[in-house]
Amino acid sequence: MRVPSDPPAGSDLLALSQARPGDRGIIVSVGQGMAQPGSGVDPEELERRLLEFGFVEGAHIEVLHEGAIGHDPIVVRLDDMRVALRRADAAEVRFQRDAA
Amino acid sequence: MKPALRIALVGNPNCGKTALFNALTGSRQKVANYAGVTVERKEGALVTPEGQALTILDLPGTYSLRARSPDEVVTRDAVLGRLAGEVPPDAIVCVADATNLRLVLRLILELKAVGRPLILALNMYDIAQRQGLRIDLEGLARDLDLPIITTVATRRRGIGELVAQMVETATSLHTDVRASLWREPDGTALRDLHKEAQRLMRTHVHPPERPDTLTGRIDHVLLHPVAGIAVLLGLLFVMFQAVFIGAVPIMDLIDQGFAGLSDVVGQVLPHGWGRDLMVDGVIAGVGSVLVFLPQILILFLFIILLEDSGYMARAAFLMDRIMGGAGLHGRAFIPLLSSFACAVPGIMSTRVIDNRRDRLTTILIAPLMTCSARIPVYTLVIGAVIPNRTVLGVLNLQGLVMFALYAAGIGSALGISFILRKVFWRGQSEPFMMELPTYKAPNPANVLRTLMQKASMFLTRAGRIIMPLMVLVWFVSVFPGPPAGATGPAINYSLAGTLGQFLKPVFAPIGFNWQMTVALVPGMAAREVAVAALGTVYAVGGGGLSLAETLSHQWSLASGLAFLAWYVFAPQCVATLGVVKRETNSWLWPAIMFAYMFALAYGAALIVYQTARALGFG
Ligand SMILES: Nc1nc2c(ncn2[C@@H]2O[C@H](COP(=O)(O)OP(=O)(O)OP(=O)(O)O)[C@@H](O)[C@H]2O)c(=O)[nH]1
Repeated sequence: MRVPSDPPAGSDLLALSQARPGDRGIIVSVGQGMAQPGSGVDPEELERRLLEFGFVEGAHIEVLHEGAIGHDPIVVRLDDMRVALRRADAAEVRFQRDAA
Repeated sequence: MKPALRIALVGNPNCGKTALFNALTGSRQKVANYAGVTVERKEGALVTPEGQALTILDLPGTYSLRARSPDEVVTRDAVLGRLAGEVPPDAIVCVADATNLRLVLRLILELKAVGRPLILALNMYDIAQRQGLRIDLEGLARDLDLPIITTVATRRRGIGELVAQMVETATSLHTDVRASLWREPDGTALRDLHKEAQRLMRTHVHPPERPDTLTGRIDHVLLHPVAGIAVLLGLLFVMFQAVFIGAVPIMDLIDQGFAGLSDVVGQVLPHGWGRDLMVDGVIAGVGSVLVFLPQILILFLFIILLEDSGYMARAAFLMDRIMGGAGLHGRAFIPLLSSFACAVPGIMSTRVIDNRRDRLTTILIAPLMTCSARIPVYTLVIGAVIPNRTVLGVLNLQGLVMFALYAAGIGSALGISFILRKVFWRGQSEPFMMELPTYKAPNPANVLRTLMQKASMFLTRAGRIIMPLMVLVWFVSVFPGPPAGATGPAINYSLAGTLGQFLKPVFAPIGFNWQMTVALVPGMAAREVAVAALGTVYAVGGGGLSLAETLSHQWSLASGLAFLAWYVFAPQCVATLGVVKRETNSWLWPAIMFAYMFALAYGAALIVYQTARALGFG
């Protein structure tokens, strides 16, 4: 699910749920109601939780690790902390990926 | 003397709040529960050199005042001064990990809105300095309009200054309590708070010159999809070896100690029911609780070390997908792990799970983990009915059966949780989000203190339930006494014996004879008591045969296997049911637990018995 890229060449918008280890960039939006119904809490609550953990527009993000089964959950570096989360919940976070 | 000032400690998880609390109050701590809820309440006392008494309250760690778990509700209500039965604090100390300020700055902004006198303790300042992280303390204090003290909790640095500041802030006339302006923030408010925190970071904090790279390097191994799992399994293996083999000599010592004590008391006291009550009720009861203490101490020691070092969050990450497949939360890993020693501490540690349904699921399946109380039963029955021979060239048949029993417990736990999730609590999967703290070497003094607190909590909880029950069980196994000239063992004539006879038709389809049924009754107190009860009903010693030999003559293979299958699920552990009652604050959940485990135990034993008979092992 990649969004067509009108932003500068060599960088693109990506949902965190689609990212692989090594992907890094800056968060551009949190909470678009993109999460699958699999997530138990309503989108607004999920957005608040993400915000409380520091997933906020402008934060630096880098995917560090992923789980063995289904590449899930993932560990990301978020500014200067490390956070583990499931891809289903990460769908709410989009970031501008840096050129490799 | 002046009345004690009340200070509350608040902070993000892993900021070193517990270490700071220990540094402040030393051993003058009281651990109890908040009225009506099962959140741990930790309070400590100290007196300043000037003679001012302080009461320090250690509140559960939180990222935000918007509370979700029972723990976080307590923190919020205590801070807001709404907690029933608690005097509002005179001052709040927000403890921060100096190397990880962004999130805590947002919490501080929330706390400021509350309007109570506030102090910021910048803990782990040693690490910040080592990393070359520069914080403009004066500027930050001015900008936030609150005093800042730097501390190193593990080396007791900055503690004196912090205490002096507490007294000053709590008694100062200028810092009067404003009305709380705090409201639960919505998305927009959270973004604004973040922006402000971001501004504070940019203005007053210069990024570290030598950032920590060790955590990243360790994680490359410990979170590796293959190596990470291998390390986790290795750790678990070492832990179980230590729990089940390392603890044995000490457990034997305790057993012998209590046997010796029984002998002495038995000789000193005059014959009669008073002596029997002391020896078979009270002493046996205390012994049956204490004998598990070594295992539980070893298990807790591992868990505390893994938690303090920062590994536990990694284990939850590694296990999340496997547990998530069964509808469990990654954090359920710790409680379930503890349950292999004993479900009581396991259920107590489910408090780390925020969501009520996730927590209830974990509580309900925790007793399916094979606890150490089942081991004596398994060992006895396997030894009696399973031949000791080698199968498939290398595997020992008895060992294989033991393994199968453990696997059956784990498998059924995952199955039950899956069914709960798919049938009863559909679509309710809580987001899994967890901070992975930087690795740290645990501080021995803090580890020891936590270990002692956990151990004493286990002893009081379990002791308060098991002790009276052992006395009750003793009573029903002894009264009424046998009539004159009776030949069988005395228990046959007692209430327990009568009950066993009465229940016999119920248990006949699963191949239990009446002796087995009678043994189940005293086994209610604790599972391993069934072994002693079997010994009593079969009046061991009379024929010169050991209990295992007697059983191997008396039980068919089908009955023995059915008894084992029963014990995989057996609901009989009153201590567990009692703790579930306490933790859920209702009789409903222990009732549900008992009913479903009984049904499973009966069903499993029925299938095993009937199948074995059909195959000709009747
Ligand atoms: N170097 C250093 N280590 C510290 C300091 N304070 C705490 N630690 C260590 O940090 C780890 C976590 O400390 P805890 O006191 O358990 O943290 P906590 O905030 O109570 O954590 P939770 O109980 O998870 O909320 C432990 O290994 C401590 O020994 C400090 O000032 N300097």
